[in-house]
Amino acid sequence: MQRNHDIKELIVISGKGGTGKTSLLGAFASLATDKALCDADVDAADLYLILEPEIRKRQDFQEGHRAVIDQDRCTECGLCRDLCRFHAISPDFKVDPIECEGCGVCVHFCPVEAIDFPIKTCGELFISETRCGPMVHARLGIAEDNSGKLVTLTRKEARELAKNRGLGLILTDGPPGLACPVIAAIAGAAAVLIVTEPTLSGHHDMDRVVELANHFEIPASICVNKYDLNPDMTGVIEQYAKERGLPILGTIPFDPIFTKAMVQNQTIVEYDRRSQGAEVVIEIWEKLVAGFCLQKG
Amino acid sequence: MGHSGTVPKGDSRSSREEQSLIVAAGILVHDQQPSKASRAFPAKGVELNADCSRNTKKNMIISIASGKGGTGKTTIATNLAVALGSKARLLDCDVEEPNDHIFIRPHVNHTETVSTKVPQVDMNKCTLCGRCQEICQFQAIVVVGKTALTFPELCHSCGGCVQVCPEDAIAEIDKEMGIFESGNRDSLGFAHARLFVGQVMAVPLIDRVRAAAEPDKINIIDAPPGTSCPVISSVKGTDFVVLVTEPTPFGLNDLKLAVGMVKILGIPHGIIINRSDLGDTGVTEYAEKENIPILMEIPFNRLIAQTYSNGKLLVEELPDWKDRFVQLYEEIKDHATKP
Repeated sequence: MQRNHDIKELIVISGKGGTGKTSLLGAFASLATDKALCDADVDAADLYLILEPEIRKRQDFQEGHRAVIDQDRCTECGLCRDLCRFHAISPDFKVDPIECEGCGVCVHFCPVEAIDFPIKTCGELFISETRCGPMVHARLGIAEDNSGKLVTLTRKEARELAKNRGLGLILTDGPPGLACPVIAAIAGAAAVLIVTEPTLSGHHDMDRVVELANHFEIPASICVNKYDLNPDMTGVIEQYAKERGLPILGTIPFDPIFTKAMVQNQTIVEYDRRSQGAEVVIEIWEKLVAGFCLQKG
Repeated sequence: MGHSGTVPKGDSRSSREEQSLIVAAGILVHDQQPSKASRAFPAKGVELNADCSRNTKKNMIISIASGKGGTGKTTIATNLAVALGSKARLLDCDVEEPNDHIFIRPHVNHTETVSTKVPQVDMNKCTLCGRCQEICQFQAIVVVGKTALTFPELCHSCGGCVQVCPEDAIAEIDKEMGIFESGNRDSLGFAHARLFVGQVMAVPLIDRVRAAAEPDKINIIDAPPGTSCPVISSVKGTDFVVLVTEPTPFGLNDLKLAVGMVKILGIPHGIIINRSDLGDTGVTEYAEKENIPILMEIPFNRLIAQTYSNGKLLVEELPDWKDRFVQLYEEIKDHATKP
């Protein structure tokens, strides 16, 4: 247990989606040594597309239950429909699997015990080898819930993997947003890097995740992607960061090379290390390493 | 420009004093039914196999979704809504990171706090029997030593503990999740909600925003990214889903997940490809193979990117876009009403 404190985890988040989290994390994966990788965006996991993992182990993610009414035993008394707060039971006593919250109230109160409550398989978890090191990623089943718990499990497996291999660092790709999956992704992290873009939306959403990081007392730093699409807005973001004492680790130019690298299933560092975009990303990585002592030696 | 520039005009109304004034005036209506219970058109959403004839009713709900974030949902939702003007109503269901108000700059004339129900145990009545702990699937109520502890952030407001308590010792109290606001921009109706930072559950707020749909309008829902519960709550029971993507491997991967979701929900759908000239042909090939209509393609253009970055609308800054969005609506209407 004590050893866990030796493993540091860096999470890349953004609030707003599509700011470049995964491309950036992929680049860091090319640069870092002695690390495990973790894709905690279980809703729309994309890191595997760049890193092309060889899957070594897969496991079902089972979490929660779902009510199923046995029509043979059901007397259609209607108590379940009265008690269900999620309107999940139809007038002909079928449970809508999407609306069912898995609370078990109908199961408990059914007077003839006609409702089964099987455990749900909500997704899958994968442990793999990639050219950039071992990786844990997951896939939430389509239209499934419990994404926060799958995020927690994915991070736990990554930590276990790092521990078993004696790796000192975990690089985690976080989900967009602000609620349960993001909170599950950043809890207990050594640091978060917030990737934003110079738009009013990017600024607005960044402000909310900065507040979230503060709320959970996790040190945050910022980088601005595609900064040159609106240099004035980049200036506003830099000023915002300065006022709050948040380090801006770099401003990355808009560079079609990010898309070109992705299309070739490569990280931007692999695709063209000398490109303008890659050079700034390398600089950001060096600052992160220095600032949070992410690499040994 | 200072950061306060991004906050909608009527925000000052959310001050506590004013809220209590609204409560006193009887304007503030709390949802009595928590979570998924409050829908604008509940009959549509509840039964998956409900007969499809409802889809032919006069006006529609169009949801704008995407697996991947940052593909342009907000751009499509806001511009479509403004292009349609008084015929439309814009509902921003991305309650974690709402952005539509930045572009719409609505005049907010109604603000309310959205709450869910969580248990409160009266320890004078509690006998520590533990039945509440047994029924709770979410570990939100636990008997420890000589007390029953509640964890409101884990509670799903199912009411099981209240029902099961033999001593009638558990009451439900309101837990505040966020703020709902509605108003207008000229003749366009608008509503959104904002989750309080640190709150876990987005769905009750999404349900509140959806309850603000109006049956005689074209309701346009801006959904959050992804494919899990908040997205389902936003798009379920709508008449058409516009999936906004970009022509990259990430865009395609996440589009496939989103298509899987709308297929499970049984909703007609089409694709908009944003930054259509930056990437590869994967999305187009997929759409052809799956026979999903491509409703619009927007090439990358610095002027469009800058218009967006400054919180401006294409339909206002670049005149020919207004017609394109009106046309988009016509195309959606055709696809949505096809048998």
